[in-house]
Amino acid sequence: MNYAVETFDLNRSFKLKKAKNKKENNNTPGKLIALDNASIKIHQGELFGLLGPNGAGKTTLIKILSTLLLPSSGTALVDGVDVVKQPDQVRKRINMVSGGEHCGYGILNVRETLWMFSQFYGIPTQVAQARIDVLLKILKMEEFAKTKIGKLSTGLRQKLNFMRGFVCGPKIMFLDEPTLGLDVQIARDVRAYIRTWMKENPERTVLLTTHYMAEADELCDRVAIIDKGKVMVCDTPGNLKKTLAGEAVFRIEVPLAANGMETFGQISGVKQFAYEHKSHLGRTELKFILHDESAISNVTEFLSNNSSKIVSLSKMEPSLEDVFVALVGRGLKDENGSQN
Amino acid sequence: MFENTKDTIRTIRTAGKLGWAMESNWTDPFLFAIYSVVRPIASSLILVVMYYVITRGKTSLDLFAFIYVGNAFFMYVVNVLFGISWVIHDDREHYQMIRYIYIAPMKMYYYLFGRGIAKMVLTTLAVIITIAFGMLALKIPINLMTINYPLLIFSVLVGIFIITCLGILLAGISMVTAHHSYALTEGIAGLFYLACGAIYPIDILPVWLQYISKLLPLTYWLELVRRAILGKSISTTLGGYSDFQLILIMLGTTLVLAMFSNYIYRSIEHIARKHGKIDQLTNY
Ligand SMILES: Nc1ncnc2c1ncn2[C@@H]1O[C@H](COP(=O)(O)OP(=O)(O)O)[C@@H](O)[C@H]1O
Ligand SMILES: [Mg+2]
Repeated sequence: MNYAVETFDLNRSFKLKKAKNKKENNNTPGKLIALDNASIKIHQGELFGLLGPNGAGKTTLIKILSTLLLPSSGTALVDGVDVVKQPDQVRKRINMVSGGEHCGYGILNVRETLWMFSQFYGIPTQVAQARIDVLLKILKMEEFAKTKIGKLSTGLRQKLNFMRGFVCGPKIMFLDEPTLGLDVQIARDVRAYIRTWMKENPERTVLLTTHYMAEADELCDRVAIIDKGKVMVCDTPGNLKKTLAGEAVFRIEVPLAANGMETFGQISGVKQFAYEHKSHLGRTELKFILHDESAISNVTEFLSNNSSKIVSLSKMEPSLEDVFVALVGRGLKDENGSQN
Repeated sequence: MFENTKDTIRTIRTAGKLGWAMESNWTDPFLFAIYSVVRPIASSLILVVMYYVITRGKTSLDLFAFIYVGNAFFMYVVNVLFGISWVIHDDREHYQMIRYIYIAPMKMYYYLFGRGIAKMVLTTLAVIITIAFGMLALKIPINLMTINYPLLIFSVLVGIFIITCLGILLAGISMVTAHHSYALTEGIAGLFYLACGAIYPIDILPVWLQYISKLLPLTYWLELVRRAILGKSISTTLGGYSDFQLILIMLGTTLVLAMFSNYIYRSIEHIARKHGKIDQLTNY
């Protein structure tokens, strides 16, 4: 079996600038470890998801694989080719789309942009034009074919950037949060296209990063969960969720709470605990992963002892998100609250 | 080999189209044409006025022709050098497409050269217009029948190659020094203006600066262009060389420059990739 992507103990660190805020007295310029001995193997033909919160190192990995960034140490092979030693050979095989991006050569129109990039990849004009027609159709952009990029809305530009990646006919595609910030319908079109593209040719491979658990669950053959630069686990979404089969997942909503959260994890029978403040709803959502369903009584008892009202309580099917919580002991979203 | 040539031509052509789209991005083509004609004439008029002020009207026609032609062709340095050295910065900060350009399987040199073609064409037009204006309105002694066209065309092509090499070198530097690259290009262009004899013969420069002048291929380029157009040169330093000798020296220094620029570009590209600067916005 050929691997589309293989990394061995990949490390990447960034020098940290001195803290801007003098009060923090953090004057030792340190190192930030963005990738920490990351080893993954992606099979040819796989739709592989890289899942992790903001700052986990997903973009860093994509940048290394797409030859934009050198690793600090370790090896990365794309289609068997070393990204450090033979970047030119890697570039012929890949493309990359980074979501949430809406720039471009404003003076060109949609078709001109797509054609131009296909030319940089040596795609014969007829093949390129046919491909552009299909892309315009599937992504519902036909009416904008002749519209200048400068006049497109940000969502449409992001869609164009997505098409740009595919028009170049890569064998291996890196998609960095392809649906970031897209409205629901466009995101659906994008996901549908990814699936169609994969089905067309069994040799194609996609590495997709996301912090939307549902997206990874829905799309990916296998996912790796990554946190603080470390690859925690790597398996099919189904198998990952099965690791929680013995456990029970409960969601409890309480009125917006500020303190005392730390103690919740110590309630007996609780395996992992995470929370998310939903200040716009005036609530805090607590998530408990219990070793056993019966432990829920300990939790409710603890809450009432702390005179915390319970707004709602529900038992849930384990999701990928719960797998993440069980692994790292916090939710995907409670990193800094800036998630969208 | 043949495939490579095809790839190269395709890259240059595609980048050329992009460059052209940007250059001609005027809502009114008529305004664009006027601008292309009026601007070079205006800048040569400034030179004429300065010349008359400095010499108080005591014109030596030979010296004036020397200055006028040198200045006209120096437009290549200003326009094409700025055009090419600015591409990386523009693609990164303004269009924010550098990462997609960079990961495409093409040689950046050819892309940069292609992006400069529109500037080369427009500058050639501007030079022709400026020279014609000089002949008609300022009575500069140029005889269209005695111009050494083969030498002129050859020199201009080599000159464009030289300026492209310089542009690529500066483009490389702009990958790591976002804030100062504009000043750097301006400084380099200014240095060439002084050192390469664009406005006066290098004979009048201090001796140490003349050494620098003689290392720069653009010095020989300007001298050859003047000889081709005016039929003579007033530089005593370079006057001793035959056309053929000057061509050899120009090609030799150009070769050294090309290797130097290639080496610097590659080294800086490696540094940029190592430090994650290829697509890092500087936000200023
Ligand atoms: N060029 C850089 N300089 C300094 N730190 C960086 C740079 N790029 C990324 N980082 C840091 O590396 C970590 C991983 O970032 P990234 O790979 O972008 O995460 P993700 O894509 O998973 O959100 C983050 O803490 C980020 O701040
Ligand atoms: Mg990211």
